Amino acid sequence: MMLELKNVKKTFNRGTINEKKALEGIDLQMNPGDFITVIGGNGAGKSTMLNMIAGVYPVDSGAIVIDGKNVTRQPDYKRAAYLGRVFQDPMMGTAADMEIQENLAMAYRRGKRRGLKWGISKKEKEIYHETLKMLDLGLEERMTSKVGLLSGGQRQALTLLMATLQQPRVLLLDEHTAALDPKTGAKVLDLTRELVEKNQLTTLMITHNMKDAIRLGNRLIMMHEGRIIYDVAGQEKQKLKVADLLGKFEEASGGEFANDRMILS
Amino acid sequence: MLAGILSSLPGAVSQGILWGIMALGVYITYKILDIADLTVDGSFATGGAVCAVCVLSGMNPLLSVLLAMLAGCVAGAVTGILHTVFDIPAILAGILTQLGLYSINLRIMGRSNTPLLKVETLFDKLSNLLPGLGSSYIAICIGVIAVVLVVVALYWFFGTEVGSEIRATGNNEAMVKALGGNTRLMKAFGLAISNGLVALSGALVCQSQGYADVTSGQGAIVMGLAAIVIGNVLMGWGKAFGTKMVSAIVGSIIYRIIIAVVMQTGFVDTQDTKLFSALLVAVALAVPVMVERHRNKPKREE
Repeated sequence: MMLELKNVKKTFNRGTINEKKALEGIDLQMNPGDFITVIGGNGAGKSTMLNMIAGVYPVDSGAIVIDGKNVTRQPDYKRAAYLGRVFQDPMMGTAADMEIQENLAMAYRRGKRRGLKWGISKKEKEIYHETLKMLDLGLEERMTSKVGLLSGGQRQALTLLMATLQQPRVLLLDEHTAALDPKTGAKVLDLTRELVEKNQLTTLMITHNMKDAIRLGNRLIMMHEGRIIYDVAGQEKQKLKVADLLGKFEEASGGEFANDRMILS
Repeated sequence: MLAGILSSLPGAVSQGILWGIMALGVYITYKILDIADLTVDGSFATGGAVCAVCVLSGMNPLLSVLLAMLAGCVAGAVTGILHTVFDIPAILAGILTQLGLYSINLRIMGRSNTPLLKVETLFDKLSNLLPGLGSSYIAICIGVIAVVLVVVALYWFFGTEVGSEIRATGNNEAMVKALGGNTRLMKAFGLAISNGLVALSGALVCQSQGYADVTSGQGAIVMGLAAIVIGNVLMGWGKAFGTKMVSAIVGSIIYRIIIAVVMQTGFVDTQDTKLFSALLVAVALAVPVMVERHRNKPKREE
């Protein structure tokens, strides 16, 4: 088992008027190489689930096990050794005032001890040059440019590359194409598939696009009000239609789940 | 008046260089870590106090400076711990340390002003080696050596793995955490280094003036910011880290020259220098904002 969530619960602002039960007992098991797409309405707990895995907030109860290691009590920066993360906001995954190669160098050291060695070696630069070529964005010729000069799509592509530079046990993608224009988003999604396949990455990807959710990955889960309400894999998943998923949503939410964003996408 | 201005220049330049090291410390927190650290006013005086007491006790003046620097690091670390471990907002954490340091500095010296009588400072030593050179020029020599050492050391340090992580922490904390960096530790570390430099500056200024005073750091943070802002106005074109550091030093020198010139004109009295400094920094910070606002104003349709 590469990732295991055991009855993970989380309530925000407990005991106040803003109390929000975000996760009401999540059980999830991922085999090595699983690529799970996660769908669900706003407030279903998708992002919270990813943030709990990454350790952004502590769990109220339950356990999180990554590749056999119980990380439930580890702070986020320690868990980072096992995880690659890409956020929805393209600005969040990279340091704008630092060079492209400096950003890559930090990603290259994810989960490793940092010392007083020079921050980037000559050999690394060659590796980065080769890796950046894969993006086909010409970034390999601009390695000393500041990341702040790149477009949102370029930054997101770079973040994706950084998240996978050191093979992560689990790759967490939180609607990482939602803030991009459709064309750029599609490109980043292609890159995602390419990287996941090439490195056999165990991946958890939140998306609002149901077609993408069906098309990508070998398994799909649907969340609603802090629970996983639908979990489908293999052949059955391949045969899914958007209409099937909409039906499931309506069933779960008592027919009032006519979220425009969902239908349009 | 011109003669007066010219004769005050070497002194202004030497002060600018020695205080410039303090500006470098402020640069680390204000620009690199994006923290407004008010420990500075206290740690500057701590540097002077520790240095004075050590020199008077017969310690080698150079070793005294290093010890003073260490004391500054500790002060910065205290602010760092208050901020990162106890989540006290950085500004308040700095104010708390600064306030506490005032008493500590009095304790270190046992009084509010300690003259360095009958002891040989670094500046005296160099003066003996180079007889005939005015005290301002001696101070410039030592200041330049110190600045070069500090700039080279910082350039190296912020290029290392840990240094890169500190820079990234000031830039994007979420990213550093996602890549396995301990941002709390990096902030505390950065604050310690910054205040170490501030105390180093305080120690050198103490030896050049021949006394340590518990109020010597008053307004230091404003002078540091003034140096950075002026440096940015003059050398804003330089984006490289080395250029940025040099611009803070240049800014510090120009700031001292401005003060010296203004004093010579007689418009501003000695007791008004702090008000003048505060206004200078306020204007320097406000002007770019106003310019930007004016530029972004939607044009009125005719």
